[in-house]
Amino acid sequence: MALRSLIWVWVALLLLLAATVGASFLPIGQWRQLINLMIAFAKAALILWFFMKLRDEKMLVRLMAAMAGVLLLIMAIMLTADYHFRS
Amino acid sequence: MTVVRHEPFADIARQREADRLGMVVFLASEAMLFGALILGLLALRMFEPVAFAKMSERMILVAGAANTAILLTSSLLVAIGAEAMSAGRERLTRTMFALAALLGIAFLVIKFTEYRIEYLEGIMPGAGPKQDFASPGERMFMDGYFVATGLHAFHVIVGIGLLAGSSWRLYRRDPPSVVGIENVGLYWHLVDVVWVFLFPILYLSR
Repeated sequence: MALRSLIWVWVALLLLLAATVGASFLPIGQWRQLINLMIAFAKAALILWFFMKLRDEKMLVRLMAAMAGVLLLIMAIMLTADYHFRS
Repeated sequence: MTVVRHEPFADIARQREADRLGMVVFLASEAMLFGALILGLLALRMFEPVAFAKMSERMILVAGAANTAILLTSSLLVAIGAEAMSAGRERLTRTMFALAALLGIAFLVIKFTEYRIEYLEGIMPGAGPKQDFASPGERMFMDGYFVATGLHAFHVIVGIGLLAGSSWRLYRRDPPSVVGIENVGLYWHLVDVVWVFLFPILYLSR
């Protein structure tokens, strides 16, 4: 992968960092959590796809990486469900 | 730069895929470890939103943001270094990994400075000249903060060791294999990804 693409990814990551810090100063209340989490996912996706070269890997390897995410997602869903069903 | 094929693999491509899969499985397990801690922090945020926000505001935002930028930059250098290794440019890899290790040390310096400040301010649970918590929820935030960032810092130390060690071996003309270098790089990127999630949850939940 060209040096230039890697540098662009880095620039994008720094811009997302600026966005996430900036968002914490905006008067958006509850939306802040969601926006920050989404920005974090975007940064992680960039790192995984470009820096960790998941884009060059076979499907089997990508699937294994995705599994960790899926399992954590299941745990997060169970956590949220637990919270919402408490009286 | 030739890769030596060994049993039980029929060809280099399969061997490489297996090497990569093994590393990804390990990294996935690390992600599960940190993921559980992060979900714990998110759970605390759900159950104690006020205490969580209050303690998050007491974090030193500049330090956290600087650390994030440091790790992102070090990840770039490592990515360039790993790429250089595949292209046979070992000197570039050596330099990139050494610089990334230095950035890792800078991260730790900032982190431990923060820990010292928190110790003196009385928000390190169970230690320090005083304990400055207004509620159990606040103390729980700091418990979570120290466990998560402490475990992360431990991983940063291991990563620095791997990066510096690889750089040293390249300097001594006893180079690790391309796969070895790539795996060291993957480890460092995972450390970066974990911090990318820790930072907003701990520092920006205001």
